[in-house]
Amino acid sequence: MARQPDGPPPPPTVQKLRLRYAKRGPLRFASHRDLARALERALRRAQVPMAFSAGFSPHPKISYVGAAPTGAASEAEYLEIGLARRCDPEQVRAALDASLPAGVDVLECVEAAEGGGSLADRIDAARWRVELPGVEPGVLAAAVDALLARDEVLVAKRTKNGLRDVDARGPVASASTGGEAGCAILHVVVRQVTPAVRPDDVVAALAAVADLRPPSPPRAVREAQGRLDGSGTVADPLGPDREARARCQGEHAAV
Amino acid sequence: MSGQSLYPRLEPLLAQVQKPIQYVGGELNAQVKAWDDVAVHWALMYPDAYEVGLPNQGLMILYEVLNERPDALAERTYAVWPDLAALMREHGVGQFTVDAHRAVRDFDVLGVSFATELGYTNLLEALDLAGVPLHAADRDETHPVVVAGGHAAFNPEPIADFVDCAVLGDGEQVVGDVTDVVAAWKEQGRPGGRVELLARLARVDGVYVPRFYAVSYGPDGAIAAVARTRDDVPVRVGKRTVMDLDEWPYPKTPLVPLAESVHERMSVEIFRGCTRGCRFCQAGMITRPVRERTITGIGSMVDQGLRATGYEEVGLLSLSSADHSEIGQVAKELADRYEGTNTGLSLPSTRVDAFNVTLANELSRNGRRSGLTFAPEGGSERIRRVINKTVSKEDLVRTVTTAYANGWTQVKLYFMCGLPTETDEDVLEIAELAVEVIRAGREASGRKDVRCTVSIGGFVPKPHTPFQWAGQASAETIDHRLRVLRQAINADRRTGRSIGLRYHDGQPGVVEGLLSRGDRRVGRVIERVWREGGRFDGWSEHFSYERWTAAAAAELAPLGLDLDWFTTRERTQDEVLPWDHLDSGLDKEWLWDDWQDALSEEEVADCRWTPCYDCGVCPTNGTEIQIGPTGRSLLPLTVVGR
Ligand code: SF4
Repeated sequence: MARQPDGPPPPPTVQKLRLRYAKRGPLRFASHRDLARALERALRRAQVPMAFSAGFSPHPKISYVGAAPTGAASEAEYLEIGLARRCDPEQVRAALDASLPAGVDVLECVEAAEGGGSLADRIDAARWRVELPGVEPGVLAAAVDALLARDEVLVAKRTKNGLRDVDARGPVASASTGGEAGCAILHVVVRQVTPAVRPDDVVAALAAVADLRPPSPPRAVREAQGRLDGSGTVADPLGPDREARARCQGEHAAV
Repeated sequence: MSGQSLYPRLEPLLAQVQKPIQYVGGELNAQVKAWDDVAVHWALMYPDAYEVGLPNQGLMILYEVLNERPDALAERTYAVWPDLAALMREHGVGQFTVDAHRAVRDFDVLGVSFATELGYTNLLEALDLAGVPLHAADRDETHPVVVAGGHAAFNPEPIADFVDCAVLGDGEQVVGDVTDVVAAWKEQGRPGGRVELLARLARVDGVYVPRFYAVSYGPDGAIAAVARTRDDVPVRVGKRTVMDLDEWPYPKTPLVPLAESVHERMSVEIFRGCTRGCRFCQAGMITRPVRERTITGIGSMVDQGLRATGYEEVGLLSLSSADHSEIGQVAKELADRYEGTNTGLSLPSTRVDAFNVTLANELSRNGRRSGLTFAPEGGSERIRRVINKTVSKEDLVRTVTTAYANGWTQVKLYFMCGLPTETDEDVLEIAELAVEVIRAGREASGRKDVRCTVSIGGFVPKPHTPFQWAGQASAETIDHRLRVLRQAINADRRTGRSIGLRYHDGQPGVVEGLLSRGDRRVGRVIERVWREGGRFDGWSEHFSYERWTAAAAAELAPLGLDLDWFTTRERTQDEVLPWDHLDSGLDKEWLWDDWQDALSEEEVADCRWTPCYDCGVCPTNGTEIQIGPTGRSLLPLTVVGR
């Protein structure tokens, strides 16, 4: 029989917090695993009272939602943590932010509303900003028009099961361009699909339809994640929790 | 302009390489100081991949010690993988530091820490990428002073052409002395140029400047003499020794990488040095005498380190941690302090005795009781007498069985093969031992799933040890012994599946042997290997034995030498060894006598518990053993993560 840990089981989760964080600057080269490790250590350093799973190697209760790829920066990464003791979300945010290396910055922290559904269910699209150094805005605009004129553009993508053709046009909900001479900027909203279509897939699609080949690697920033609403905007996935909180505080005030 | 960031030019390259995170720095507790605020700029290099180099304690210590000085800054640089190196050459981006991405070429000093000689080709690659001439003789006063440190620096002769200095012994104090010398020389307007700077450095205790020593060779190929070329440098260069570890509680804020590294834990060095007298162990010989950190010093470093890092595991590091005079109390009081948290404590591989199981039980109170490592090193009792690591077979089996009975399910046993006087029989006893351990372990624990992993590698004779005269076993001998061992382990079906065998084949050891006991003539072999693409020789996917043997044949034949001359040849007592003018404190006569004792299978006891046996270190260096017990205990404190 396997040896069982002595002592009582770990305390249960009494509060769930949802956090938005950014990865910026050189730390855009961090992979999801790198970030997960850093976040777990920072939670310990910040002495956040995490709830743990039971067993010999107890794991802190953390769930990550849709991580940005290695090399892409992001202003909108999300995770949810379970706490064993109630805490003030803003204090947790500040303490965690102070414990992380500069470049992984915790921007928001809200308490998950009871029965409000999972965080993952509130995300089905992402808005990206892609800088293309060495590409003229006019050239990019023409390429994007060519892309949007198509229904489907297949690009080769490396997946777990080897190279695979995926449609990089279908999931593009909207795209526009901007920038200045010498550095065009692509704004694009991409729906969540499997396998995921990332900014570099969209750039590969531009190469396929308009032979656009950036002389140096594009720099992508994920600006937002959330549900794509009817008007084509990406909604804040923490919005419902924040509203529930405001309502509940309102009720208290009324008493 | 000096000290500018290369990052804008590096960034586009990073998007095209594997694991770019290892090149961007920004680790927790990393430091960036303003270039113009300080007089002396140090680039500290670990000549292997970031994931191996980042956790290196020595480098972390010097990084902090130097950055604490108001007149100095230190940044880190690591070996660059071939994918990025190719892009850097294509785009003209030089070897850079990960902290502020400054060009290594701009620094005053490039300190390279060699834990193993297999990093030599990476040194050449880094120099070349940095735009620093490979040969020290070709550098001028605008180039960094290239300083080698670490255990391999006790015989830097094979890289004597490529480094300007080597530093012997503990680095904490000597880096300060070097900084002072460089600062003064710069302040005075660099009088006398590079040669004058090196001459001043050569007068710093523990600093060896190879260019001021001329080596001549006799008709038999061996060294005839090593003579200094100026009379203001020492005839023999001594080593540095930090006496009071409590005065040097570094690293205080260990670096925590974002990227994965080989050690996902922090370490606290609980003592330095070892007088067990294992004859194969260079580390034990060159770091004498034993200097303990006190229990209170250990306690505060563990506490501060955990707070600064957020790590969940602390390793209590030293050459033989169970030998600390207060280890029982250290283990118990730390375990008490962290009971109920998720903090794990561990000791590195330990000597084989029952006390170590008790210690490990104590340290694993928080629940992680999976693997335990012992290092008997030699397969038979006879060979263990030769290497002076005496433990009887009965004690060994009893200790391992106790571990299984205490709930440990995985036991790892470390061995070496190719030891002096070894025969196939000595190695085959490892198989018998493993079978017996499994049988007894199943019985004692009542479980079928106990496992034993035998980990074995070829022995490489090292300078400044009693085995420095020994003939190294050939790669064929090592591979043959590993083969018969594997067959013997697999022969018994009832236990074979519970015994794992991990081994390193013999070829890299031969190259390590060449580089460990080589002289200056080996430098041209290293250079040729590097020119032919040799890099990352510690990595089996990059190491090429053929490249090394071909280069050795081509470069050594004209000198009338070959690879065997440096490796499998036994040396005689009167031979001048390439490192004889470098003084680890050990008396050469004592080493020779100990070598003779090894051959007649005679043991020597530890001078911590028995009288001094005159190895020479204490009188030469004016040092003394520094051990407890202190009688102090740890104060209760509030603990992270409770
Ligand atoms: S000189 Fe004596 S006391 Fe000092 S390390 Fe050597 S044997 Fe031990």
